[in-house]
Amino acid sequence: MVRDVAFGQYFPGKSFIHRLDPRAKILLLIAYLVIIFCTFNYFSLLLIASFTVLMILSSGVSPKFYFKSLKVIVFIVIFTSLLNLFYGTGEPIWQWWIFRLTINGINRAIFVTVRIICLILASSCLTFTTSPTELTDAIERLMKPLNRIHFPVHEIAMMMSLALRFVPTLLEETDKIMAAQKARGADMDSGSLIKRVKALVPVLIPLFVSAFRRAYEIATAMECRCYRGGSGRTKMKSIHMSGRDAAAFTALGLVICGVILCNIFLSAAI
Amino acid sequence: MSSVLELKNLSFVYGQNTPFEKKAVDNISLSINQGEFIGIIGHTGSGKSTLVQMLNGLIQPTEGQVLLDGEDIWAKPKEIRRVRFKVGMVFQYPEYQLFEETVYKDIAFGPSNMGKTGVELDQAVKKAAEFTGLKPELLLKSPFDLSGGEKRRAAIAGVIAMDPQVLVLDEPTAGLDPMGREVLLSQILQYHKERKNTVILVSHSMEDIAKVADRIIVMNKSRLVMFDKTKEVFSHGRELEKIGLRVPQITKIMLELKEKGYNIPDGILTVDEAFAAVSSLLKREGKIW
Repeated sequence: MVRDVAFGQYFPGKSFIHRLDPRAKILLLIAYLVIIFCTFNYFSLLLIASFTVLMILSSGVSPKFYFKSLKVIVFIVIFTSLLNLFYGTGEPIWQWWIFRLTINGINRAIFVTVRIICLILASSCLTFTTSPTELTDAIERLMKPLNRIHFPVHEIAMMMSLALRFVPTLLEETDKIMAAQKARGADMDSGSLIKRVKALVPVLIPLFVSAFRRAYEIATAMECRCYRGGSGRTKMKSIHMSGRDAAAFTALGLVICGVILCNIFLSAAI
Repeated sequence: MSSVLELKNLSFVYGQNTPFEKKAVDNISLSINQGEFIGIIGHTGSGKSTLVQMLNGLIQPTEGQVLLDGEDIWAKPKEIRRVRFKVGMVFQYPEYQLFEETVYKDIAFGPSNMGKTGVELDQAVKKAAEFTGLKPELLLKSPFDLSGGEKRRAAIAGVIAMDPQVLVLDEPTAGLDPMGREVLLSQILQYHKERKNTVILVSHSMEDIAKVADRIIVMNKSRLVMFDKTKEVFSHGRELEKIGLRVPQITKIMLELKEKGYNIPDGILTVDEAFAAVSSLLKREGKIW
């Protein structure tokens, strides 16, 4: 069923990471993603990996769900690490046909695997611990300076939160429509590619119609509550940076310093 | 009478082997005869919808079998589509499945999936439209230009056009005005009488069910509680109330009169029957002549 697709799941909680300012979380994530790709030897890689584990443990979300999020990328990880494994430079330690195995290749494969895994885990940590509302709120606040160049920040943020809110609804709707068309003998699981694409028409048209209907309904509902865009609008829950966020920034700052120091004083593995 | 559908120890579990595991249908066995009109009642979340979706193979049971004309419908999973042509299914709010340019083409979707063409297809569409009371001039309109009630009829016609042996309707009258409900229900009954096929109606309206059903399936918390003649089921008013259902209003009044000691027969379902019972009672007591 379509419903099984996990998308931007959020697990409510009160952990240290849950209570961080969502803006801080986004900024920290960006810095973290950059620093993942600045690890060039095993010490810095270990530092980053242990920081990731610490992050997962302090998020209060069961590690089971993190593993689940990794399942999706298993194929990409295997593919890229295999590619890297055989594209290393230097003396081959084993060779067969076009496959050349080098120390450099093995190192590269390990690095790319750990980096991708850390990347997914950290991004999952953000979506697991931050509700979609908080996320869009934070993005709106972070993009506020763009208002000066007449970029419609609030409108974009509102569109984002509406879109996120309708993902589960539309998935459920797709399920229902598919069942109804299957009951009328629609065949969606067999036949050539063109046939299968054609078989989607009876699902997509009702889905679009209902999406438009819902859009009209929600627009009317918003107007009934006097919504008229962003200017002069205040927040019910305003977000504030606190000591907690300062602590988080410091922690990541230390990791970044560690990685840089490792890079300067230790030899690179790749 | 031969049985057309037979359920054997049918169970369905949502999200098996996950923390969200939930039993929706629990060990149901029953047999439905050819030409019967069956009503299914039950509280919201009692497993009615899951049960009916297993009848035409939209959901594969986790345990047990569904026998259609004595054959297990999942014996050949690749041919499950043929089962869907034999067991037609009208979902709740079926008007949201309309997609074609014209009502005619939409009604023709099912029968043409069955392989019908030409005159045969044309006849199937026109007959289905007639059964559901769609005027011929509406057939060339876009389904999105119809009124709510007309859309509902067009969607139901789309299933009837496949001429299924068993027709399953999940709350076909939900959201219609009282007049529309009445008319649609009598059209379904008319269809049942003419084609002599089996109809299974899921409904929350006890009055509707009482009017049309021969036998009633009562579901509660994923289990089968009762499966008996309509009169029998509705004479168990107190038990039904315990599981959050009720009996038709007129049946309830008669039941209460009987509890007060008046001599009134069990299982009165319509106002006409009630009138007959009360007037004969009054005659016997000499109150009217």
